[in-house]
Amino acid sequence: MTGTVEASHRQLSGWGRTAPTRARVDRPVDAASIAGAFRTQTGGVIARGLGRSYGDAAQCSGGLTIEASGFSDIGKLDDSSGTIDVGGGVSLHDLMRHIIPSGWFVAVTPGTRYVSIGGAIAADVHGKNHHRDGSFANHVVELTLVTPTGTFTVSQDADPELFWATAGGMGLTGVVISATLRLIPIETSWIRVDSQRFARLDDLMSTMEDSDHRYRYSVAWLDCLGHRDGNHRSVLTRGDHAPSGAIPDRLRSRSREVPGDPRVRVPRSAPGRLVNRLSVRALNEAWFRSSSRSVGSLHPLSGFFHPLDGVGDWNLLYGPAGFVQYQFAVPATRGDVVAEAVGAIASSGIPSFLAVLKRFGPGTPGPLSFSQEGWTLALDFPLGPPGLPALLDDLDELVAHAGGRVYLAKDARLRPELLPVMYPRLPDFAAVRRRVDPVGVLASDLSRRLGIPG
Amino acid sequence: MNDAFGHPQSVIVLGGTSEIAREVVTLLAADRCRTVVLAGRDPVSLEVTATELRQSVARVEVVLFDAAATGDVDPTITRCFEIAGEAVDLVMVAVGELGAQETDEADPDRIAQMVTVNFTWPAAALSAVGAHLTRQGHGRMVVLSSVAGHRVRRSNYLYGSAKAGLDSFARGLGESLRGTGVTVHVVRPGFVRTKMTAGRSPAPFAVGPERVASDIVRGLEHGQEVIWTPGILKWVFSTLGCLPRALWRRLPG
Ligand SMILES: Cc1cc2nc3c(=O)[nH]c(=O)nc-3n(C[C@H](O)[C@H](O)[C@H](O)COP(=O)(O)OP(=O)(O)OC[C@H]3O[C@@H](n4cnc5c(N)ncnc54)[C@H](O)[C@@H]3O)c2cc1C
Ligand SMILES: NC(=O)c1ccc[n+]([C@@H]2O[C@H](COP(=O)([O-])OP(=O)(O)OC[C@H]3O[C@@H](n4cnc5c(N)ncnc54)[C@H](OP(=O)(O)O)[C@@H]3O)[C@@H](O)[C@H]2O)c1
Repeated sequence: MTGTVEASHRQLSGWGRTAPTRARVDRPVDAASIAGAFRTQTGGVIARGLGRSYGDAAQCSGGLTIEASGFSDIGKLDDSSGTIDVGGGVSLHDLMRHIIPSGWFVAVTPGTRYVSIGGAIAADVHGKNHHRDGSFANHVVELTLVTPTGTFTVSQDADPELFWATAGGMGLTGVVISATLRLIPIETSWIRVDSQRFARLDDLMSTMEDSDHRYRYSVAWLDCLGHRDGNHRSVLTRGDHAPSGAIPDRLRSRSREVPGDPRVRVPRSAPGRLVNRLSVRALNEAWFRSSSRSVGSLHPLSGFFHPLDGVGDWNLLYGPAGFVQYQFAVPATRGDVVAEAVGAIASSGIPSFLAVLKRFGPGTPGPLSFSQEGWTLALDFPLGPPGLPALLDDLDELVAHAGGRVYLAKDARLRPELLPVMYPRLPDFAAVRRRVDPVGVLASDLSRRLGIPG
Repeated sequence: MNDAFGHPQSVIVLGGTSEIAREVVTLLAADRCRTVVLAGRDPVSLEVTATELRQSVARVEVVLFDAAATGDVDPTITRCFEIAGEAVDLVMVAVGELGAQETDEADPDRIAQMVTVNFTWPAAALSAVGAHLTRQGHGRMVVLSSVAGHRVRRSNYLYGSAKAGLDSFARGLGESLRGTGVTVHVVRPGFVRTKMTAGRSPAPFAVGPERVASDIVRGLEHGQEVIWTPGILKWVFSTLGCLPRALWRRLPG
């Protein structure tokens, strides 16, 4: 096939390393090759970015996985409008290194820079500023998508149905080959951070409700192992981009420093599993001890947004069995579900590394987009404890009945019957799918497992 | 598709009337399983099992075959996959016949049949299943071996030797499939109280089929390639396996 390099077969899994499956993997570099693959491929086609979704969203057992890394162009930054054209396979890491020196930053960044533009759109990712700025797709001016029925450039005004089905659509509407992003101006690459510790979950949550609006970025980490008194410690960190005036002289030369590559990597041969109940407790403890109350301390962007990116392949620490991440969102009125979930996890005795709690602002019109106004909690669980599958099934019920949902970019185990309850606009999504993919070429292990209609 | 915990959505059982298999499917149905194909030799008892499973599984289908005849293994397996109609996440090989060692051992026809039912047919079926699953890009095979094959005994060397062959075949096949998304899981139960052992006096560590089923499902959750059940038998048999032959011979059972 022209325009395609490196076609091969590979076993693929997500960041959690569970349920690997094998597929043909192509790396096309033009739209025509993708269109050709849609015409000839039987057995399903799905796009893959940097494989940072945790479950089975970016793989297609027995079919074809299209690696988007061939779409790697970074266009010229338009200083007057603050926009830039980027290929669907460009990583946020590379984009940040390109734009920070000129005083720009991405409007939304997830907890890792190693995600692609296509992956960020397909999961409609959120950052620590969702309560103020919404999710990734809110800042996409337009995107170009190769579908089985043609290549389309869509925006919030031009074919909004296809645009919003693609935002959060987990690659099931086609392959994003390029996008125009709206950036935000920054004076420095530093964040001015206030942090506070809490002994009680309800104090944390009411502080977030009362004063999150004063900060652009806000996130809390809490210890789900709990304490004898039934309380859960937490640390709330909130901040804003530091203006140049806030940078002390000793940091002047580094005021627009770009994030670097991982300083260390976990070797492939790392022993068994390094994350267990004991090490989780020790790590949580170390984390809480190291974060004391502070006001206005300066943190580099990378340390503030992407604390784990300093260690390459850290997912290997969970051992060969892998791990799952559970992330849910519930409406603002159902903060009680957060407390109930944390309580259920603590009393199950199943270890989870620090949980991340955030407030979401209003969601987008995307029928499969995850964020909805309210609360979101995310936790990692190493595989192994016998009660884990049932615990997560119970949490699903709790979340679904509260009008909430789980995040498909993290999912690897949701009961399919709950999908339409959590995402009631699934029929709107299916209608767009039938329009752009009437034969049903686009499929992933996720879409098959959950029976996402098309 | 299998989920992160190795819980399948669709399953084929070769030996569809096996009591152990029925318990496994019942557990899987409580998780994510919604399609089951039961393949076996007796339409009446297959239908009985199917009816029972339909209470918890959305779709249960039946396919007929006889493991004493090896002429049509490939079409049988193909038929099972066609009837499943979707990706098959788990194939369980539960066919087996315990036989009657005392009378069988002097009868060449019976010896041939025991080897066929316990080894030849399952091995041929496994390799056909392996080809289907490889094309699919994923899937797991669960093979009912037995501790009887671990170190064969005077009292049941016929059954034991056939299981030993199957056990080795399955593990070799598993090696050959590395990197394909397909895995093989060998189960080694001890004495299980099912219709197969009815009327025989239980060996030490005898368990019911429910226990074997939950060990199998837990083993799959952990991706274990060899599942001893009950787990203690792993230690018992690795010790017994080292006993001098004279002593081994004199053990009861
Ligand atoms: C440490 C860590 C922290 C994280 N923090 C956050 C966070 O704070 N907020 C958040 O929202 N998410 C977070 N995530 C999840 C991550 O942002 C999403 O899973 C994202 O989709 C990953 O992008 P990727 O390029 O790796 O995509 P992949 O994992 O490769 O693919 C994800 C989905 O995008 C689709 N896709 C990929 N490329 C394209 C394309 N070119 N066109 C169409 N579809 C495509 C795939 O088909 C798949 O459905 C985090 C993940 C990790 C590992
Ligand atoms: N029970 C134990 O103590 C024990 C211990 C170790 C290993 N195992 C193994 O576990 C597996 C399941 O056994 P189980 O305990 O569940 O006993 P079971 O209920 O008797 O199951 C055996 C299965 O094999 C089928 N079968 C036998 N001969 C066949 C043939 N010629 N053609 C097609 N199917 C045939 C049986 O079908 P019918 O119902 O029609 O006979 C039945 O479905 C077997 O492989 C057995 O060897 C059992």
